[in-house]
Amino acid sequence: MSMASLQASTATNFQRKRLMGFAVPAVILAYFAYIFVAFDMGGLAERVSLENTRTLVSDAYSYKTHVTRDNRDGGVSIAIEGERKGRYAEGTAPEWVALGTETLVDLGDDHIVTFGETLVTYDIPGYGMIVTEPGRTGVNATFPTDEIPEWINASKNRVSITTDAGRLTVTRNRSEVFRYAMGWELFFFTLDSPYHGMGFGTLLSHAANGEAGAIWSDFWANKMWRHADVAWALFETILMAFLGTFGAAIIALPLGFLAAKNFTPLGGVRFAARRVFDFLRGVDGLIWTIVLSRAFGPGPMTGSLAILLTDTGSFGKMFSEALENVDGKQIEGITSTGAKPLQRYRFGVIPQITPVLLSQVLYYLESNTRSATIIGAITGGGIGLLLTQAISTQKDWEEVTYYIVLIILMVMMMDTFSGWLRRKLIKGDEAGH
Amino acid sequence: MAELSTSAIQTDYMAQVRQKRIMNTILLVVFIALMLGGFATANDRNAGGFWNGLPMLLDFPADVISEAYSRAELLPGYFVKYFPSLIETINIAAASTLLGGLLGLVMSLLVTRGLAPVPWLIGPLRRVLDVLRAVPEIVIALVLIFLLGGGPVPAMIAIALHTVGALGKLFSEVNENASLKPVEGLESVGAGWTQRMWLGVIPQVAPNYLSYGLLRFEINIRASAILGFVGAGGIGYDLRNTMSWGQGKFDEAAAIFLLLFFTIVVVDQSSSYLRNRLTHGSAKGKIHA
Repeated sequence: MSMASLQASTATNFQRKRLMGFAVPAVILAYFAYIFVAFDMGGLAERVSLENTRTLVSDAYSYKTHVTRDNRDGGVSIAIEGERKGRYAEGTAPEWVALGTETLVDLGDDHIVTFGETLVTYDIPGYGMIVTEPGRTGVNATFPTDEIPEWINASKNRVSITTDAGRLTVTRNRSEVFRYAMGWELFFFTLDSPYHGMGFGTLLSHAANGEAGAIWSDFWANKMWRHADVAWALFETILMAFLGTFGAAIIALPLGFLAAKNFTPLGGVRFAARRVFDFLRGVDGLIWTIVLSRAFGPGPMTGSLAILLTDTGSFGKMFSEALENVDGKQIEGITSTGAKPLQRYRFGVIPQITPVLLSQVLYYLESNTRSATIIGAITGGGIGLLLTQAISTQKDWEEVTYYIVLIILMVMMMDTFSGWLRRKLIKGDEAGH
Repeated sequence: MAELSTSAIQTDYMAQVRQKRIMNTILLVVFIALMLGGFATANDRNAGGFWNGLPMLLDFPADVISEAYSRAELLPGYFVKYFPSLIETINIAAASTLLGGLLGLVMSLLVTRGLAPVPWLIGPLRRVLDVLRAVPEIVIALVLIFLLGGGPVPAMIAIALHTVGALGKLFSEVNENASLKPVEGLESVGAGWTQRMWLGVIPQVAPNYLSYGLLRFEINIRASAILGFVGAGGIGYDLRNTMSWGQGKFDEAAAIFLLLFFTIVVVDQSSSYLRNRLTHGSAKGKIHA
């Protein structure tokens, strides 16, 4: 090659490279522009629900207590998140509520709401006293200023006042106050437990006095957060992943031999086994889940079988590839000692492929924990089911947050565990040869 | 020390072998017990039992197939009808792979020792990647559907976030094997961090990146179909609708099954072909040095 032609070809190469340097980003940009239009990202701003976002974020780290008066019979009930399970017993109240013929609700910062016999008043510092009178004909409200500020929403049948301290809603039949506070109030104990509101030190001393069992059972049977159910759901999810992954490995191993060139000389069998793998993988986990849940109903069995079927395809393919790569010398050596076929597999093949197979199977164990969560959300089983249930109520966002944290921890734990097992088993194997 | 006789070595060896066999047997027994116990537990907790359900396993596919067969002439029409949804599913997967890949690329450079511009950020950013990888897409998607409403955007963001975690880790493993010589060379002529990465590292690792990206694309197609099923648009959404319509729409469900199946097979095959070319190189594609 002459100097000139070399230079010419280098120049064209450079030209091409330079062109690529612009073309690739341009293509990517063009694609994103297309996606922007196709997915209607411009309209996204209108579709974002700010209200939902606010509820979600504030629910995630705070809780609210509802103080509700039935305007018809005058009965007052106090409940955390307005749920029956979080209701204060008759005649009891948190310290910021004074029960009596007149109910005083102190929202903090001198915000005082009073449920009088007929009148409901809200004293807002810096603004004045709002007086409302709910009755059969509607809600009559008088405001200290002529112009009603935007944080008050008043109509004939409903007055709603939102301040930083809380929120008051008065309708014909009901007057309701929300007071917000940090944390997940009933996480450890519900209100009917004697241990509710105790400090950690007090709890410890109670536990030392032989109440440990009672404390644990009150915590474990917490009706609001259902710790026992959640723990069981997590276990179910891991069970799905475990059964699915190892079940698939057990089924795929013999099939892998059928699909490997050096173990199955019959082309037809090999072809059939490979198409089975392709089919199992091609029919996605989603479709397997749907088909199986029609037959077996929702639950962890359906989930494990769905994982099992999909992964049999993946494992079969990987195992047969690993088998095609085994070293023939080791098998020859075993054969030369007069070993029968089964012994040849046991001592000539299995020790060679075990580390490869195990590490692949354990990689899948972690990713299948995630799949099990997803499948659980579709068919109903495990933590995925709890999560979809909590999301579909659209108000238990503190539970959603809790479940998400648990799922992340569960997956990371499985990742660490499978990594540890992989190192342990494979290293142990190498040393044992 | 006295010399070991052959027989002593043999007894010693046999004892070791026996011990190893006992250990293996125990492990095997424990494993089998776990599997059987697990299946029994899972079976108990399932709405329908395994043995009750087994005879019905083929009922649903048979229904779908028979209905599709009896109205086979309608299938091409359904393929046309659901093709836009399929495109949406593929677009969700492609856009999220691309977006996740680009972010993952930046993240991977930030968490690779020797390349990271801010060394103390390596640890925290790796934890971020771990968390992103651990969250199942469906979790983010469901929350985003609540905030943004249905449609492809929640699915795209959810899958992209997971992809950042997954690809970020794989890319950083690739980066670790990249030669630092070009980087040092560029540094010596005064190149900034971005220039060093763009000109010194990326050309070395690009084929591996692409190969991992393609593998991710295969996975993301499946994920995007699943997310459609929970309300994020695309072909999964249509699948759920046709199935929940009760009897009479199974022929459309069959058409969607087929579309999905062929898409997955085609993407799998072409991506595995491309990946093969990327890792082993094509016969003539290499630009000579």
